[in-house]
Amino acid sequence: MDVTIRVKRQDPEADGEGRFPYWQDYPVTIADNATVLDALIQIREDDDGTLSLRCSCRSAICGSCAMRINGHAGLACKTIANTVVQDGVITVEPAGVMPVIKDLVVNFDMFWDKIEAVDPFLKHMGQEPDGEYIVSNDAMLHLSGVTACIMCGACVSDCTVLEVDPTFLGPAALAKAYRFTADPRDGDAAGVSMERLWALSEPTGVWDCTRCNECVQACPKGVAPMDRIMAIREQAIQQGYTNNNGARHTDAFTESVGHSGRLDELRLPIKSVGGFTNMPALMDYMPVAFRALRRGKMPPIAHKNVDNVEAVRRLFRQTEPDPPVPQVSNNSPFG
Amino acid sequence: MKYAFFPGCVSQGGAPELYPAARMVCQRLGIELEEIPGWTCTGAGVIQEKNQLFGDTLNARNFAKAEQMGLPILTICSTCQGVMSQANHRMRNPEYLAEINSYLAEEGLEYSGSSEPKHLLWILIEDYGLDRLGGYITRQLTDLKIAPFYGCYIVRPTEALDIADHPERQQSLETLIQTLGATLVDFEGKTRCCGFPILTINQKNSMAMVGKHTSEVKDLGADAMVTPCPLCHLNLDGFQPKAASQARRSIDLPILHMPQLIGLAMGMSPSELGMKRHIISTGPLEVKAGLRR
Repeated sequence: MDVTIRVKRQDPEADGEGRFPYWQDYPVTIADNATVLDALIQIREDDDGTLSLRCSCRSAICGSCAMRINGHAGLACKTIANTVVQDGVITVEPAGVMPVIKDLVVNFDMFWDKIEAVDPFLKHMGQEPDGEYIVSNDAMLHLSGVTACIMCGACVSDCTVLEVDPTFLGPAALAKAYRFTADPRDGDAAGVSMERLWALSEPTGVWDCTRCNECVQACPKGVAPMDRIMAIREQAIQQGYTNNNGARHTDAFTESVGHSGRLDELRLPIKSVGGFTNMPALMDYMPVAFRALRRGKMPPIAHKNVDNVEAVRRLFRQTEPDPPVPQVSNNSPFG
Repeated sequence: MKYAFFPGCVSQGGAPELYPAARMVCQRLGIELEEIPGWTCTGAGVIQEKNQLFGDTLNARNFAKAEQMGLPILTICSTCQGVMSQANHRMRNPEYLAEINSYLAEEGLEYSGSSEPKHLLWILIEDYGLDRLGGYITRQLTDLKIAPFYGCYIVRPTEALDIADHPERQQSLETLIQTLGATLVDFEGKTRCCGFPILTINQKNSMAMVGKHTSEVKDLGADAMVTPCPLCHLNLDGFQPKAASQARRSIDLPILHMPQLIGLAMGMSPSELGMKRHIISTGPLEVKAGLRR
């Protein structure tokens, strides 16, 4: 197959024009079953030894070759080239968010800093058990979905929040945090990681996620970081960490729909910021509200219920989640 | 052509210009809409983060009602599309569907799993046909440079949205803009997040997202951005002045609802399409399109 690999190149340490990003086209002939990584290695070996990229296992397990292919992050070794050719071209860029060291190689320092920031190790509260921790198969099976993470950084590359705010903990670190909040051995005797859930509910934590699904799409291992972030939100709410705009927003939204069937868009933002006790936040919305009012855009003041609203309210009550159930025994059966 | 219409909360709340514009455009195109009686919110992904079962049950309830009507579902909201598709995807698990149906039974409803909710954008391309749509175009929009902005939930996650079976959905908005005769301004941010979901949680980040996308498109010389998502519209239009002041620059980029652009191409007037209700004036765009002096 003949294809052009269009690579975004950059050498920030160079003196000339190469300091800035530029596109370079490499026409190559590759096998039909070749991966994007095969093509890049072929270019480096045969055409241009100055092209820099990271790779190792070529089997989607080492996590070295995450980059943007046609604008979206993925592993070059897991992407069959002929499935991503667009008009004879495949564009390849370095992973986003993280600074470029050279060409397709980015600096992972921020990635590791964030992983470290969530204390990626088991923290058992209270007395240590006498013997082994016994954990159910189901709990471990569930965690294996998160421990499948190979730290490739694809999710971080495409995170829409990190793009505008580098202080956000981000999808990889928050998925890693879930690996512990969902581990029955972490936290108190009931497996509840109170301290973590408190910290993760703070700014830069789980509530800063936009739920855009970019990380779910980018992850080559099916970790679905955003789904883990949503699960931490649920855990935090269940433990009573609700004194923040995110939890209030979710709560007010669910209540509104559970009570009337549809969203009360007028009251939702007021409740989210903490009601009329938070005047500064409400005043901050005033110019926007006035502009909307002037254009006849305000949601109706009197919020109507849907027909047969009783059925909706009943569903709301019936599907209310049970309180958390302790999943672990810290007493060794071998005593 | 007749559909069970799912308008979504925002088209009648924060973006009230969308509902009548969509209805009018569909009527002119001969697409009959019958609103699902007593439809409820999809949960918008928000309810799902607190209580997924409740959110999915609400969707199953809407789907069951559409099944009773014997009609496929049409929506005009990217977020609704995504949340409905995700809920539907989860309900392919027969045990989960059975659990949900056990709650619906009290109301005499049952969802068989047959629904395939579709956004008007997809329906125009997949069911209606672009050639047929082209037959209704009476106004030259070539001078208008329009950038697409999808809204996350109509592009991701691809598995729930059946993108593998419908690869054309990934270019659907660009295809529509070009079919309508406008000049496409492509840009990388078209499938990114508008920031609306975190508006009340982290306003600074939300505004940074609005500022980034609208400025980028403005700097590419676009006259407007078009979106099939009313939630994106709320943020990109309603909060654009705030985003501009945070970015310390002027932006003034009109944001159009998708049915409004279709309506313009079909010869409808901006006021019929509710464009007076936008926060960012569509005046310069109307002048450029020769709709007023």
